[in-house]
This record gives sequence, C-alpha cells and structure tokens, in this order.
Amino acid sequence: MSEAQDYKYIGQRTIRPDGFDKVTGRASYGADLSLPGMIWGKTLRSPHAHARITRLDTSKAEAMPGVLAVAVHSDFAAVSDEAIQAGEGSANLIDLASNILAKNKVLYHGHAVAAVAAKTEALAEQALALIEVEYEVLPPVMTALAAMAADAPVLHDDMFTTGLEETPDKASNIANRVEFKIGDVEAGFAEADVIVEGTYKTPTCHQGYIEPHACTVRYDEDGQSMIWCCTQGHFDVRTSTAKLLGMELSKLKVVASEIGGGFGGKTTVYQEPVALILSKKSGRPVKMVMDRDEVQLATGPTSASHNWVKIGARKDGTITAMQGKFIYEAGAFKGSPVMMGCMTAFTPYEVPNLYAEGFDVVVNKPKVAAYRAPGAPQGEFAAEMAVNELAAKLGMDPIELRLKNAAKEGTQTIYGPKFKRVGLVECLEAARDSEHYKAALAENQGRGVASGFWFNVGGQSSVVINMNPDGTGTIVEGSPDIGGSRASMQMMAAEELGIPLEKLKPIVADTEMLAYSQGTGGSRTTFATGMAVIEAAQDVVRQLKERAAALWNVTAEQVDYADGVAYNTAGEDKMTCAEICSKADRTGGQITGRGNINARGAGPSFAVHICDLEVDPETGKTDVIRYTAIQDAGKAIHPSYVEGQLQGGAVQGIGWALNEEYVYSPEGKLENMGFLDYRIPVASDLPMIDTVVIEVPNAFHPFGVRGVGESGIIPPLAAVGTAAANAIGTHVTELPLSPPRVLKLVQEKG
Amino acid sequence: MAVADYKAPSTVSEAVSLLASAQMKAKVMAGGTDLIIQSKSQTAEPLLVVDLKRIETMKDYQLTDEGLSLGPAMCCAEFTALEDVKAVYPGLTEAAYLIGSTQVQGRASVGGNLCNSSPAADTIPALIANGAQCVIEGPDGDRTVPVEDFVTGVGKNCLAANEILKRIVIPRPAPGTADAYLRFIPRTEMDIAVAGAGVSVTLDADGTCTAARVGIGAVAPTAMLVPAAAAALVGTKLDDTALEAAAKAASEASNPITDRRGTVEFRRHVVGVLVKRAAKIAQSRAQG
Repeated sequence: MSEAQDYKYIGQRTIRPDGFDKVTGRASYGADLSLPGMIWGKTLRSPHAHARITRLDTSKAEAMPGVLAVAVHSDFAAVSDEAIQAGEGSANLIDLASNILAKNKVLYHGHAVAAVAAKTEALAEQALALIEVEYEVLPPVMTALAAMAADAPVLHDDMFTTGLEETPDKASNIANRVEFKIGDVEAGFAEADVIVEGTYKTPTCHQGYIEPHACTVRYDEDGQSMIWCCTQGHFDVRTSTAKLLGMELSKLKVVASEIGGGFGGKTTVYQEPVALILSKKSGRPVKMVMDRDEVQLATGPTSASHNWVKIGARKDGTITAMQGKFIYEAGAFKGSPVMMGCMTAFTPYEVPNLYAEGFDVVVNKPKVAAYRAPGAPQGEFAAEMAVNELAAKLGMDPIELRLKNAAKEGTQTIYGPKFKRVGLVECLEAARDSEHYKAALAENQGRGVASGFWFNVGGQSSVVINMNPDGTGTIVEGSPDIGGSRASMQMMAAEELGIPLEKLKPIVADTEMLAYSQGTGGSRTTFATGMAVIEAAQDVVRQLKERAAALWNVTAEQVDYADGVAYNTAGEDKMTCAEICSKADRTGGQITGRGNINARGAGPSFAVHICDLEVDPETGKTDVIRYTAIQDAGKAIHPSYVEGQLQGGAVQGIGWALNEEYVYSPEGKLENMGFLDYRIPVASDLPMIDTVVIEVPNAFHPFGVRGVGESGIIPPLAAVGTAAANAIGTHVTELPLSPPRVLKLVQEKG
Repeated sequence: MAVADYKAPSTVSEAVSLLASAQMKAKVMAGGTDLIIQSKSQTAEPLLVVDLKRIETMKDYQLTDEGLSLGPAMCCAEFTALEDVKAVYPGLTEAAYLIGSTQVQGRASVGGNLCNSSPAADTIPALIANGAQCVIEGPDGDRTVPVEDFVTGVGKNCLAANEILKRIVIPRPAPGTADAYLRFIPRTEMDIAVAGAGVSVTLDADGTCTAARVGIGAVAPTAMLVPAAAAALVGTKLDDTALEAAAKAASEASNPITDRRGTVEFRRHVVGVLVKRAAKIAQSRAQG
C-alpha cells in the first residue's frame, strides 16, 4: 500500500512527454493526415427536425465529374439488431447505422442523409446540392415532456417501452423505465419533520471539444483497411466500424491521432464507417472533416432533463428519505444516461430509504453521447439543489447537513454495493475549513456548495514495455491520451523500474500493435491502464532478475532488484537495468514486459465545490468571483494534471449552469451553432479555479489512484445555481442562468 | 461567393474606378474579418475583392482643433493605441477595443465595422454619440452623410456599388464634453453585443448638461440616434431622475427582436440600463 511511502516520481510535476509536439504545432490531430490520391467526403444533412424521406436520388451527384462515390444508409447491408459496447455504454447497431446515415426518417436537424466523395472539397460540396431528397415533414417533438404526451408524434413506430411490468402494445417515445430503491421512502417521509421538493430542469448541452471530428481512411483492394481519426477509443472505433461493415477485426487497423478534447463525445463513430464505405467504392483514400456547425448539429450532446426530487429530514438534519423521478432526453435514438442519473443522484448521502425512477425518452434532437460523468450532473443538480433548500429550511449550514448524512465506508448505495473507503467526509471537511468558505460576501453576491459523486470504471487495458539494449524502453499503451496520461504512465513505469523517467517513452499504439484496450473514458486510464503499466513493469523486473541470475549462475530468487539495480544476494555482484539489457542477447533475447488486465476495484471519487457569484440586478449578468474545487484523487500521480481535471470539470459545469444551451426554433431547427452563440466560458470569464486535492487511497490500486476526470463537472450546476439563488434571494429551478433568465428572477422577486 | 479576382489599388480614386468597371460582383475589403467569413458561403458566385489596405490615406489620421479625420481602414489595434485620440474620444476608443479578439483587432477597422453595417456593431453607437460624418467618394466626387443615416438596414448602408467610405470625420467636442460606450454581452469577450449604448455629454462649469447625444445599438435593425434620451439629460445635472428618464426614452425608442442572443423584453430593458451607466461614465470623464 502506498501510504507514507516515498516515491521518486509519483506525485512530482514532471514535464509531459507530448508537450514539445503540442506547443510547436508538430502534433498530428484528426485532420492532419493526407494520403496520396486522397479524395474528400462531405455529408448531406437534413434541414428538418422530423421528416419521412419519400425520395432519395443520388444519380445526378454520382454522374457529376469529379465525384467518385456516394454512400447512403442501404450501404450498411450487414447490420443486425445487436447491442455493442460503445463508449461508456452500449449502442444498438441498427440505431448506430441509422444515426450516421438516416434510414427512412430524419430525426433531427442536421441528421446525415447521404455522403459524397469527390476529388476536391469544393466538388464534394457542389455534389451534395445535386442529391435530390423529398421529405414529408412531420411535427417535431422537442422536449421529453412533449414526447411523453399521449398524443405526441412517435419517432419510432417499433419502439415499445421496456422496463414496465407489462410491455405496452402501443409504440411511444418512452424507450425505457428504470427503478432503483432501498428501504421504504413512504415510511421515511412519515418520519420526517421537514420535507422539501422541487422540479429542476437542465438544457441540452454539448461537450464543446475544440477539435471537430475528423478522419482519413483507406480501404485496399485486398480488403485490408485503415482508419486514422481523433477518438477516445480506437479499439471501439474498430469494433463499431467492423460490425457496421461486416468486417473481421484483423482487416481493420485504427490509428488514434492526437486528440483535441473529447469529454465523452468521441467515444462513438460518426464519419469513420461512412468514409470507409466511400473509400471501398472509390478505391481511394478518403478524408472527412466536420465543421463546427456539423459538430453541434450531429454529434454529442448530452441529455436535457426534467427531474423531480423530494427529501425528508428530521429537525436535527438526519435525512430520512430521498426520492426522485428523472426524465432524460436520449435524442433521436434510445440510450440516454438516465440510469446513471438514478444511480448517482442520492449517492453522496447515507439514507436508509431511497427511490429513484428514470425515463429514457426520444426527441427530435441529435442522439446524445457520453459527456463527462454521463447522466450524473443532471440528477445530482436536482438532488443537490434540494439538499441546499433543505439546509435553508432547517436553518443548518449546508456543509454540516452534508457531513451529518455523508456516505462513507460501509454505506449501502442505491445501485448495489456498499462503499469501501471513500473520501467524501474529507472533502466536506476541507470545504468547511477552507478560508474561502469563511470569507465575507458583499451585496448582490451569493455562495453555493454542492457535492458530486461518480463511480469511475476499470476495464480492459493492454500494455507492453519493450526494453532496448541500452536500457531505455518504450511503454506501448492503447489509451488515447487526452489529459496527460502518457506522463502518468511514464511516471508509474519509472517508479516500478527504478530508472530515470526520460529513459522511458510512452506511446499510444494502433489496434494492430497491441491487444484490445477500452477507450479513454469513465476516468479509467490512469487507474486501469496505469495498473497494466505497473504489471508490465513488474514483468520486466521479473525478467531482469532472471537475466541477472543467469549471468551470475544463481537462481532468480537469489536476486534482489531496487532503484534500477539488481543485487546478487548470494554474492557481491550488482548490475544496473541498462547493463542487464545490454547483455540480453546472451541471456535469451530482448526483454518485453506485458500487462493485459481487466481492472476491477475502481475507487469512486467524490468532489465538493464552493462557488461565489455576483449578480448584476439591473442586467441579470452573473460573474463567478471565487471558486474552489475539492476532490478525492486517491493518489495524485501528476498533481498538475489532477488539478487540471478538477479545473476543467468545474469550468464545463459552470458553463452548463450559466450560458450553455441548444436554442431551437419552433420548427426544431438549431439556431445557435458555433461558439459565438453557444457560449462556453472563455478564459477571461472566470476567476482562477482554486483546487484542493484530497488523497484517500484506493486500496485496489498499487499507488492508491482514483480516477479524477469526471466528478468535477457534477457539483458546479448546483453550486452555481445555489449561489445565484442566494445572491438574488430567490429559488432557482432551471438552467442555464443566462442573463435574461436571471433578470426575470430578479424582477419577479421585486 | 468565390473570390475570382483580387485588386489592391494605391488610391481611393483607383479603387472607385475598379468598382465602377467591375465585370462581376465586387466587395471592398479593409481588414477582411467579416468579408472572409461571408465569402465562405456556399454560393459559387464569382467575386472581385478590392483591398484598400495599400491606400495610405485609408489608414492615417489627423487630430486637429477641428476634430478627428480618420482613415477608415486603420486597424483597431492601431486606432485604440492612439493616446491623443483616446484623450478626446475615450468612448469611441473603448468601442473599437471591443471588436473581436486581440488577434482580430490587428485586422479589423472602424470603417469596416461601419460598412459591414451589423445592427450590433460596437463602433456605430459611439460614432453616433460623437456626431461623426462619413465622407464618401464615388465616380462623381465626394459626398458627406451623418453616421446615423449611413446604415440603412441589417447589413445595408447608403454606399452605392461604386462608392467608397474614404474618411470618418468627427468634430472636436466642445469644452466640458466626454463620451462613453458600453455594451452588454453574456460573457466578457469574444462575443457580440446584445445591446449597446454610446453617450456623449457636455457639462457647464456647475455640472449642468448643456448638450448630449445618445446612440444605441443591437436593439433595432440599425444603430440609432435617440434624441429623446439626449433631451432627458440636457438641462439636468444627470441626477437619478434624469438618468431614469433617458433610460426610459432609449428603451422606448428601441425596436429589438427576440433571437438566440436575447429577448425583446430583455434588450429593451438592458439598453436603458446601458444608457444610464454610459451617461454616468461620460459625466465623470467630463468632470475630469
């Protein structure tokens, strides 16, 4: 176990190995690969939110000089009705195919209808205009509540609600119902002295990664193929694409480029299978690059939600029951993260009576994709707002209320397991004791606190460490590096091998060079791929001992290894790692360490945030004036990147709370494409996000690591919402707190 | 539009004759920060671009006892660094400083902002507040138009296809005068005004307002002069009652729309708040 242990590299702020390439512009991203003979693919998108395709004629486009291929939905002939692993959840193959090229209906503004590949980008654009599509326009269904109405237009006439006692015989927009419970909430509410309840709404928001989706693909005459793309999981791109095109995995190589942000949104496929069809048909490499409008129209976003929460407590603050009904929009196809919403909303609390019911509802918006702790921010926003309302009603400090009811080791979760050691109490205490929490507020300012819980995952990771004859090595991993994970892998391997950091080069290998590795998501990479790296490094150490033993004519058990040096316990000999490697040719050939794992025991990471916010009562403008993000990292391998994750999560959550939302016309057309009118915060909008990294080790990881990538996006919604409510002296129930909405709250309060 | 031809003349007259003899649609380019984005639209219509940045008189300025004469294509980075101009027209300088980002300001210009004629252009209310005049050259010579009459609609202005805005002339303000410009955006930069207000006030020795001009932006198809708001300020010491009256006049004069950036009610209200606040800033500057 890691406590009280002195590390050489773990916990240091080392220089990231990918840094030079990124600051010099040399790093290659999704759109940066061009191949000889390459042509360009472009996508024709639906101008309607909901329509039946009555005619689709691509003949004129195909006949246009310079056009080499056209793709439509029927090119996915091999697709079967099966669920596959995609990103942080599973996806149905028919839905996936129908999302990336519409089948017989378009289900959102921007839904891909057909794609063209031509010799130049401009020719491909011109060819799109020659594709003839006739639509029978249908009324759009733009919110979950509208979609659930008895007379709502139905998006899929073959979708019958699952999760009910009896499957209905009438198709509807409600894909699924889920339920989680412990104890008896009615009995719990009967015990309560105080009850709060409220309905809280969150808007459709996009992950907002800076790099648009891009790929370059090649399908060769012999059936071998290659995809270069920006993705969080190239092995999952391979799985999805191979399934959609009916290919064997060995025929498809996927190379992950450097990635300019993903936040969950790059865990699925959009253009890659289409580009491969175009390449197969044309015999040419094909490049497809989305523009920003396409990114916002047809990728991501996350679910808008409509959530009702009720909490009961005794006068002393003991919470007796929590109940919630969570309704999440899935977008055009089933599969919102509402189940995760139900599993996380009440989990920062130890309460004997819990009930969460969730509904997965389809609407005429893009199919949602994973977004940083998918499903958790929406549900926890509702629960945390209600907890703050409860604190106000009880006249209790909101942190003391949380401490009184905090989840800890042994707490029974609503989704099954009991918690092992977790760090929520430590985070709450750090918040309570912080200078920030005690600082005075001025007029028109308010403060809000909120907690956040995310499970984190483990999963499959494969790692190889190849040692060179000079004692240097290459760490070959399969997890695309979004947040500095190559640095963490390098540090963990150097720590295990006892050799200088710079002797090890970490690389992200393509799908042919390594066995399957799950994508970078679920805050799993530093935890799970880190464990595989440690295992591979230990495998190298084991072999180094064997090789030294062979050179010394002793048994491996007689060799000790520490700080990069092997010692002969039966004599005086010692040899460095580099010396053993230089003689590997005499002891059986070169040394490769392997780690192929399916990691269990991911430790949950709790977060607690404090937000101070000032409202301009005349304009409704809000300014976050001070912000502190506190989170349990288990053990921070590279503290700068842990802090970066805390800050990045906070900023995205603040954007979600304050200004980000999809704005639709009554016809269901997206009106605010682009970063001008889809307002993620810019650097000047926010103060420095202060961080406090708590380290309550995760017993299942050799260094105590907990994933840190996701929890940080959860608390901001309620911390900001409560701060605004307190600044104005009113209740907040709906995000975003854009100036017109805040001004209205101020004016209504009078 | 697809750029089919590009010319960079060295005099305004040469530029005017290029426009007059153009065989295709022609667009004048100063910094190009709007034009380049517009030229990415999907129509293949060929376009002649006439670049004005090689014309020295389009980029210079003179500040005299008469006032400011500005070459419209001077980039905002250069314009906002003119300390002598800023001392006289601080509100106009701050309006120019709000256009785009630091990088964009190396290209964007006050004249370009005016000729692009967006309802949300930041410099136009500030130019209106300062009583700016537009000097326009065409094949038949020069003409002068007050800035509030220059813009005629959303993205439209009074320039004929063969005319060029060659000078922006602003009279030197009377003693005791100062201006200010404020806009409302939901974030702090990289945004476009949801409402904007430029105010200029002239105060006498005891602080009474003897003259005022109020320009508002982003709350109507064009930025507009609001004489009623100015009238509410004149004769007062800019006390709260006068400021509220000016705010009300601006709100009433506005004619906004509801769109992704704001609602009618919100814009009407906020433009009044901005007029009030800009007037107070102008007042404190005038009192120096």
